[in-house]
Amino acid sequence: MSQAHEASLTEHGGHGDDHAHDHHPFHQHHFATMEQQFDASKIGMWLFLATEILLFGGLFVGFGIMQSKHSAAFIAGHHHLDWQMGALNTCFLLISSFTMVMAVWAASNNRNGNKQGILVTNLLLTLGFAGGFMVVKYFEYSHKIHDGLLPGKFFHYTGPDLVPNMFVFFSFYFMMTGLHGFHVLGGMGAITYLIIRSLKGDYTSDYFTPVDLIGLYWHLVDLIWIYLFPLLYLIS
Amino acid sequence: MADVIASPAVHTADHGHHADYLSDPEHKGIWSWMNTVDHKRLGVMYLWCVLAAFFVGGLFALLVRLELMHPGEDFMNAEQYNQAFTLHGAIMVFLFIIPSIPAALGNFILPLMLGAKDVAFPRLNLASFWVYVTGAIMAVTSIVVGGVDTGWTFYTPYSTSTGGAVTMMTMSVFVLGFSSIFTGINFVATVHKLRAPGMGWFQLPLFVWGIYATAIIQVLATPVLGITMVLLVMERAFNIGIFDAQIGGDPVLFQHFFWFYSHPAVYIMILPGMAIISEIIPTFSRRTIFGYRLIALSSVAIALIGFLVWGHHMFTSGESALAASIFSFLTFLVAIPSGIKVFNWIATMYKASISLDTPMLYATSFLLLFGIGGLTGIFLGALSVDIHLHDTYFVVAHFHYVMMGGTVIAFLGGLHYWWPKMFGRMYNESVGKIACGLVFIGFNMTFLTQFFMGSQGMPRRYYTYLDQFQPLHQFSTFGSWVLGAGLMIAAVNLMGALRGPKNAPANPWGGTTLEWQTQSPPITHNFVGQPSIEHNPYDYRNFKVPSDAV
Ligand code: HEM
Ligand SMILES: [Cu+2]
Repeated sequence: MSQAHEASLTEHGGHGDDHAHDHHPFHQHHFATMEQQFDASKIGMWLFLATEILLFGGLFVGFGIMQSKHSAAFIAGHHHLDWQMGALNTCFLLISSFTMVMAVWAASNNRNGNKQGILVTNLLLTLGFAGGFMVVKYFEYSHKIHDGLLPGKFFHYTGPDLVPNMFVFFSFYFMMTGLHGFHVLGGMGAITYLIIRSLKGDYTSDYFTPVDLIGLYWHLVDLIWIYLFPLLYLIS
Repeated sequence: MADVIASPAVHTADHGHHADYLSDPEHKGIWSWMNTVDHKRLGVMYLWCVLAAFFVGGLFALLVRLELMHPGEDFMNAEQYNQAFTLHGAIMVFLFIIPSIPAALGNFILPLMLGAKDVAFPRLNLASFWVYVTGAIMAVTSIVVGGVDTGWTFYTPYSTSTGGAVTMMTMSVFVLGFSSIFTGINFVATVHKLRAPGMGWFQLPLFVWGIYATAIIQVLATPVLGITMVLLVMERAFNIGIFDAQIGGDPVLFQHFFWFYSHPAVYIMILPGMAIISEIIPTFSRRTIFGYRLIALSSVAIALIGFLVWGHHMFTSGESALAASIFSFLTFLVAIPSGIKVFNWIATMYKASISLDTPMLYATSFLLLFGIGGLTGIFLGALSVDIHLHDTYFVVAHFHYVMMGGTVIAFLGGLHYWWPKMFGRMYNESVGKIACGLVFIGFNMTFLTQFFMGSQGMPRRYYTYLDQFQPLHQFSTFGSWVLGAGLMIAAVNLMGALRGPKNAPANPWGGTTLEWQTQSPPITHNFVGQPSIEHNPYDYRNFKVPSDAV
């Protein structure tokens, strides 16, 4: 009749005998089990990804509407983007997604440290490709800045193919790739954190939630780029 | 009866009285509050903040009403008047009403109702609070450094060309959005994963259903507001060419972006209010709630259909006739789930033995006021009528009947309902009722008049008006004083109770949901042991009302 299951009393330090498995160092006290904790975190991450999609979604809708309004300017603008660099970056991110999958696989199968090496190597590779992406972006941006192909009132390009409202294209180009770039930088920070904790041996098949979640985030960052690339570089 | 819930008296006798979350010797001092991850303490801190915002927003409201005593300039010129109503609206919407019920009461009550020890992500909860404080500081700064005169809707092209601290204010809205998203993510995950053993989806208290539906909207709509605010700031700062027609942008696009968030946001405001009403009515009617599933699912229906009606704010902005007709139709549709709820509440009360304590008095006020607010929404959703009523005081009256008459009244009812649980103290019941009566009368004096003025053509957002409107405007201003007095009395009554002894029983109203199964105020870990569910909520046939209930 009472509501209390005495076995799970925690206030009195009275842990039941079958609670040994509850003592994983990363188990938070308000979750009954590690699985519950993992599932909750995963829901949280998916919701966060949904907010990211909607955030970028606003920019995509704005881009679409402005493109239909100023289609000539958008086509002229896109000729200034280097599709080869864009394609290279697409490859970087695709490969990094693969290495991230490998890292998650290694972490989830890491028993007694037997996949430790694979985990750390793949995280380092992911970080490397992300860095490569940013380097390429740096060169692309420098080139645009040099030509005066800048957003809004900073636009001062004067070449022969200048079309009215071309600055709108570059406003969107910089906002969309810029916001995406910040997400790549954020991802690099998160992956660095994963590397440090992996080196400490924190991630095993019993507990690899952060690797799994940041992996999901990283795939989303890649996915958004997969949409950005054709939208910005390949329009006709 | 085998599965009667243990009455709280028995329960506490079993385990003795524990230190509560307010006086826990392990968590003492200001720092233990500042970095607490306890959902109850965060709920309480949120509560003080939203009440402060309500107070400041209320002062601006009284100023606005005072200026409207006479036509022409009394003590504010057009410029200052624009700032006063903008700050009133922005503070009330972004700092008070959106966080009010979910982040303050929801934070406190939702995990208790689920029988959980905390929300799923306690540190995210703490982050949400401090992000809110940051956003609030930014909003206050924007008032100090230059003021904002765009209206809370920040419509372009005015907002991209006017002076003042529009950039600071919109960035504050952006930051506050994150706080709202964090709360939403937390609540969805909590409801999915931290329900007590035996608590299926249809054993959830209806408050949880309402907050859950709200959380979904918070997660899915707020990012769009975020990006809209960013685009607005970009347009102001760098002329990126999206909203400013002079450089090839489209100002109506801003309205679409804004209302894609802000119409769902009106459901962020009302669903939690409805959620509170769904708790108060069965408790004070001592009745199993009528149509439990319909009430639960109508929250979700509102949340989903609410995403499809934003165009009804642009009937007069040059929308195509086809789009306008579709939006009008969907607007009528979204009113149906609200109607379903109202009828279910009334059916619950029908022939019940109702005790009219303060929370129930607020709940009955809600039924009437929300009824008026919702029905006038239908008027506005009708295309031909809206052409006449758009941007008049009729709209002002409509949204005050839903936001103040609905949400704020429900919030006050909820405060009076859970105050004994949150702080362990009973307030003075007669004073509570008097305050509620004054609020009800003052509110109707203030806003009923505005329906008449609006239908006669009094436009909103003007500091002056034609002489013919003066009697109604003055009556409305007098009403605002009655309303203010009622609110002050309620505040003094509640705050005054905090100085008294902790005299509240665990379950003063005879409520059936789990938060009443722990002591008042609850212990830091909420429950002694893990509570589980043996019957549905509001099942008064299997529930023994404790002897110390009022
Ligand atoms: C029964 C459901 C409702 C319907 C059918 C409805 C319909 C409408 C319509 C058509 C308008 C636009 C009027 C105009 O500007 O010409 C409007 C305005 C508004 N409604 Fe509602 N509404 C409903 C419920 C609510 C609720 C629950 C809230 C808030 C809690 C709310 C808050 C507002 C606000 C704030 C505005 C004015 C926005 C502004 O221009 O500043 N409405 N409503
Ligand atoms: Cu609306």
